[in-house]
Amino acid sequence: MMSSKVDQAIRKGLRKNRRKASYFGSMIDPKGFHPSQLKFYIILLPILVIMMLPIIYIISTAFKPINELYAYPPKFFTRQLTLQNFISLSEATSQTGIALGRYVFNSLLVTVIVIFLSLLMSSLAAFAFSYLNFKGKKFLFAANQFAIMFIAVAVAVPRFMVISGLGITNTYLAHIIPLLAMPVGVFLLKQFIDQIPRELNEAAIIDGANKWQVFTRITLPNIKPALSTIAILTFQQVWNNTETSNLYIVDEPIKTLPYYLGSLTFGTSSIASQGISAAASLIIFLPNLILFIILQKQVMNTMAHSGIK
Amino acid sequence: MTKTRKKRKFEWSNYLFIAPYASIFLIFIVLLLVISLLLSFTYYDSVNAPKIIGLTNYVTLFTQDNVFMQNALPNTIMYALIVGPGGYALAFLVAWMLAQLPRKFRNVAAIIIYLPSLVGSVLISVVWKAIFSGDSRGYLNYVLLEFGVINAPVQWLQDTNVITWVVILVGLWSSMGIGFLAMLSGILNVNTELYEAAYVDGLKSRFQEIIYITIPSIKPQMMFGAVMAIVNAFNTAGLGTALTGAVPTPQYAGWLITDHMNDYAFGGRMEMGYASAISVVLLMIVMVFYFVANRFFGGKDDV
Repeated sequence: MMSSKVDQAIRKGLRKNRRKASYFGSMIDPKGFHPSQLKFYIILLPILVIMMLPIIYIISTAFKPINELYAYPPKFFTRQLTLQNFISLSEATSQTGIALGRYVFNSLLVTVIVIFLSLLMSSLAAFAFSYLNFKGKKFLFAANQFAIMFIAVAVAVPRFMVISGLGITNTYLAHIIPLLAMPVGVFLLKQFIDQIPRELNEAAIIDGANKWQVFTRITLPNIKPALSTIAILTFQQVWNNTETSNLYIVDEPIKTLPYYLGSLTFGTSSIASQGISAAASLIIFLPNLILFIILQKQVMNTMAHSGIK
Repeated sequence: MTKTRKKRKFEWSNYLFIAPYASIFLIFIVLLLVISLLLSFTYYDSVNAPKIIGLTNYVTLFTQDNVFMQNALPNTIMYALIVGPGGYALAFLVAWMLAQLPRKFRNVAAIIIYLPSLVGSVLISVVWKAIFSGDSRGYLNYVLLEFGVINAPVQWLQDTNVITWVVILVGLWSSMGIGFLAMLSGILNVNTELYEAAYVDGLKSRFQEIIYITIPSIKPQMMFGAVMAIVNAFNTAGLGTALTGAVPTPQYAGWLITDHMNDYAFGGRMEMGYASAISVVLLMIVMVFYFVANRFFGGKDDV
């Protein structure tokens, strides 16, 4: 179906241009350097520098000693590396009576639980959408498809009410439950499960497997790249989330790291706080980066199946 | 054979697979939308029971709320247009250029471009605060002063004409997310024989190549990218506040509809009904963007 579309497109191009241009072939995914790539490097390098600048700033400032923070003219790169900012950060924490470690623990706990539950629920649902039949399947999938563009911040008011109504305000559950539904995750997983040859499932069933076993033994091992991708997306949403701590949690000891770091740096513009803020940002940022570098290949593999038809 | 298969597939236990997700989906997405819509026709202070007041909230919003009509609405539209379609076009072009460079460089560059979206613009605004700091110590001011572009430090985060642009820049910076990766992956997976055939058939420029081969081949990924761009553009709240360190931002510059909504709901006024009306209007605007994107890249119709 797709290729006929493309054929059409090619014919369109042909009609427009009858002259035969010299053939210079595809330049996608080249094996090495070619002078024709130079223009792309020239355009891309400044973009890369701008994209990287704030990240480099965080790293450089996080390790800057206080006298360099005050230095004029401002130095972008630090001369003497120091861990002073990280020490100040953990000391600033103890003034509120709650150790930095407590916030880190809360964030880790919540993130791990949400990722696990969300992956489980989403892959079960995606398996059902792809392979099983049930009443309301078409409608629910269409609704899910539409909900991919759900704007979470727009419904903060009713979310607040529902969480109060469920009686989970001020508990760990308030960090977890509102973040579980991820329509884009279910969509990507379903696209991926659709690619698995049905013969595998049928063969397993002939061998006596039930559908739970088909799910755990055939589907799950075959959708690992998609699962990694959803894990990253979920990680970003949970690890960086400040809303749950801001709105649903009153007690300081069960708030999470980004909330704390945000409250530490909000509204202050003193130069000394720049170093601490950068150290805090680095702590939040690094796990994101490491996880993505590890899973990049899987993510790209999944994205190849991301199309909305 | 199909008969037995069908029979097996309609077992009640099928519902166990879908039930956990469906219940969370119905409560935390569908129900929230329904409550929003219903509340928008009421006056509700979160203490007393909601009082039905018909369309009053909407009338007030469009006729009396100057901050909404003159700041929040135009700011949001401008922000969404530049960060949405603008960021989207940029993401496509960057992906297209990257696809034509060797793998090693491409992988590193893709990480660098994807990085900012990992953390989200609000959390990272601490960095931008330092860059756009208003005194001569701010990095941007310092560089511009050194090169003689400006004579005195610019108050980037106090000057109401500039704040909105800083907010847009920061939004754009963090907009190259998963949609960008989808398009990059799509372009890399286009069958190269298509290009070869097309050149034999008379395609003559790289621009034609994009229009006649690349985009039609990755239309589904383009649609996914478009949806992600829309979500990203509207799912921003508190960016102006995080940058300027003030609630509200100076003269409501860079103040978005989401900020306006949060202000009415949680900023001490507790006007939940009014805030809901604001969010319904926001969701309507999102739908308009979605349908426009769907017209360009939606499936099932011809090219």
